[in-house]
Amino acid sequence: MIHALAEAAIAALIVTGAFFLLVGSLGLAKLPDLMRRLHAPTKSTTLGIGSMLIASMLYFLTSEGDPSIHELLVTLFLFLTAPVTAQMIAKAYILRERASAHEILPDTGRPVGWATLDPGPADRIAEAERSEAEAEC
Amino acid sequence: MIDTACAIALFAVAAAMGLTLYRLAAGPDVLDRILALDTLVINAIALIVVVGLWYRTTMYFEAALLFAMVGFLTTVAFCKYLLRGNVIE
Repeated sequence: MIHALAEAAIAALIVTGAFFLLVGSLGLAKLPDLMRRLHAPTKSTTLGIGSMLIASMLYFLTSEGDPSIHELLVTLFLFLTAPVTAQMIAKAYILRERASAHEILPDTGRPVGWATLDPGPADRIAEAERSEAEAEC
Repeated sequence: MIDTACAIALFAVAAAMGLTLYRLAAGPDVLDRILALDTLVINAIALIVVVGLWYRTTMYFEAALLFAMVGFLTTVAFCKYLLRGNVIE
């Protein structure tokens, strides 16, 4: 039998997790283009699943007395992989839409452009040094 | 109380999966569909966790872990294929 306070905390965490999962999927269905759609599943859904896994961990810790390591593994894995998938999808999108990328993407507001498309100043310096070294040879 | 929360969560996650399936079917670009599949996998993991809490068993968490791994690998493989035209070069 688990404590009433722990039970309330677990129930609240489950409902919070479900709410954020719903918000993430709603954003995915509703937002107008891919770069904006990317925000909803990667942030909101990760928060939702994290909350739900904490609820599960807390439940099995309080009801059976031993913490189960699986939820921790799933949490760790999802929190490590969500930014990687988001970055992969964004990069694939930018490179696929390369021809019209400057109309789709907003201005960076800085002298350098988008890293995937335009080389930065450090790249240009490295390139110049390389060509100089080649000319000397 | 936990049972009520689980019931609410099951309905919410089912609705979330419905919205994700809409994006999977309607997504104008292939990348929208990849993103929808990734979200669908995360929703499936949430569903597995809620079912585990509902039946009070830790049996399903291996399945959740496998889903997490396979979902990540498929997303990365799809993106890599779109970027390079090949998965393993």
